Amino acid sequence: MSPVVELRNVHKRFGAQHVLKGVSLKVDKGEILAVIGQSGSGKSTALRCMDRLERVDAGEITVCGHSLHDSDMDLRQLRQDVGIVFQSYNLFPHLTVLGNVMLALRHVKKFSRARARDIADRALAQVGLEDKADAYPEQLSGGQQQRVAIARSLAMDPQLMLFDEVTSALDPQLTGEVLKVIEALAGNGMTMVLVTHEMAFAYRLASRVVFMHQGQVWEEGGSEILKQPKTRELQDFVGNGL
Amino acid sequence: MSSQQLTYLIEGAGGTLLLSVLTFIFAGLLGLAIALARVSAAAAVRRIAAAYIQVIQGTPLLVLMGVCYYGPNLAGMDSVPALFAATLALTIQSSAFFGEIWRGCIQSVAKSQWEAAECLGLGRLQRMVHVILPQALRIATPPTVGFMVQIVKNTSIASLVIGYAELSYNAKILNNSTFEPFLYFGLAAMLYFAICYPLSRWSRQLEGRLNVAGG
Repeated sequence: MSPVVELRNVHKRFGAQHVLKGVSLKVDKGEILAVIGQSGSGKSTALRCMDRLERVDAGEITVCGHSLHDSDMDLRQLRQDVGIVFQSYNLFPHLTVLGNVMLALRHVKKFSRARARDIADRALAQVGLEDKADAYPEQLSGGQQQRVAIARSLAMDPQLMLFDEVTSALDPQLTGEVLKVIEALAGNGMTMVLVTHEMAFAYRLASRVVFMHQGQVWEEGGSEILKQPKTRELQDFVGNGL
Repeated sequence: MSSQQLTYLIEGAGGTLLLSVLTFIFAGLLGLAIALARVSAAAAVRRIAAAYIQVIQGTPLLVLMGVCYYGPNLAGMDSVPALFAATLALTIQSSAFFGEIWRGCIQSVAKSQWEAAECLGLGRLQRMVHVILPQALRIATPPTVGFMVQIVKNTSIASLVIGYAELSYNAKILNNSTFEPFLYFGLAAMLYFAICYPLSRWSRQLEGRLNVAGG
């Protein structure tokens, strides 16, 4: 079976900055790939390229059967096949929690109000927030907002979930509740790519780990590479963290 | 002051109100189109809208009034009613200002909101209608009402060029026959205030209500 995500020799520049220098990686169905590395190593950019939020300068990306380098690809279908959660939640502040989750179900999937409501209720139950359906985002804690963002993506029934440092804006207490939700998703066999700074979490959950350094895949392997890094750079990066 | 004179003044206020409301409606619609054109994906559309705003904002309303009133006649067409010409001139001018005010409001909605909506598969128009405009509306309320008050006062220029019977015009006529400028222009000022004050109050109310719903 072809991989859910495949990057082949991807290059990306922002002006004079060469952010991705020939990145290649694969994610198979049901796999959980943790992407780690310092700020500026290109890990978030690589993730954003997978949802075509950034166009690559060279190389090829295939995600859920879509060739992202084709200019006539079906962008809207890609966005339905891929869910993405951001560090800053990006909930819609003018809509309730339920409104946030239902918006794309109604207008992209074109589901009836009743059906959309039903799916949204289930997605909210999945993240443990069924009692917050009528709240506005600003009335929720950061952890709750992030769980709503996850529910909003999940409701669209994606084949792949991308998480871009989703706990980096949260304090340790709230981080736990978000990680628990992601862990439950992993238990259901969801294919995921996690850009994360939570080393212990990556170690516990990831089926594979990619360490990025200076725009390249510097080291990759099973989660054991976090305990026994081969390269000097990964040793320095994990330090005594685990 | 006779009751007849007072009635004449209030009729003038009615003319001001009518011209203002017509301008709110037409300039609002055209202004929205211009604001959307200013943030269009097509560079040519953005440039045309920007040029319109530049040219119109740089043209005095007085001149626009003259062009709209005398223009058709000079071009060999039938002359147009004063109300039509005044509404047209005010619509052209105000839409350029509304367009620029609202462009700013649309662009001040965080880019991450666009992105989040895009990642859910919403199309460009859907993103605009369901995500961006509702948030821009809240930001837009104070400057929009501020400019509406400006429009009410701008209507007085219609009397200068066209002789459209609005509040300033009628006050001037009354003063010309009575030589009591303080009385009639004072009353006119109060009537302008009576039109503008509810607008400002309404704006504050609206802001309060929109604030509750998010953010």
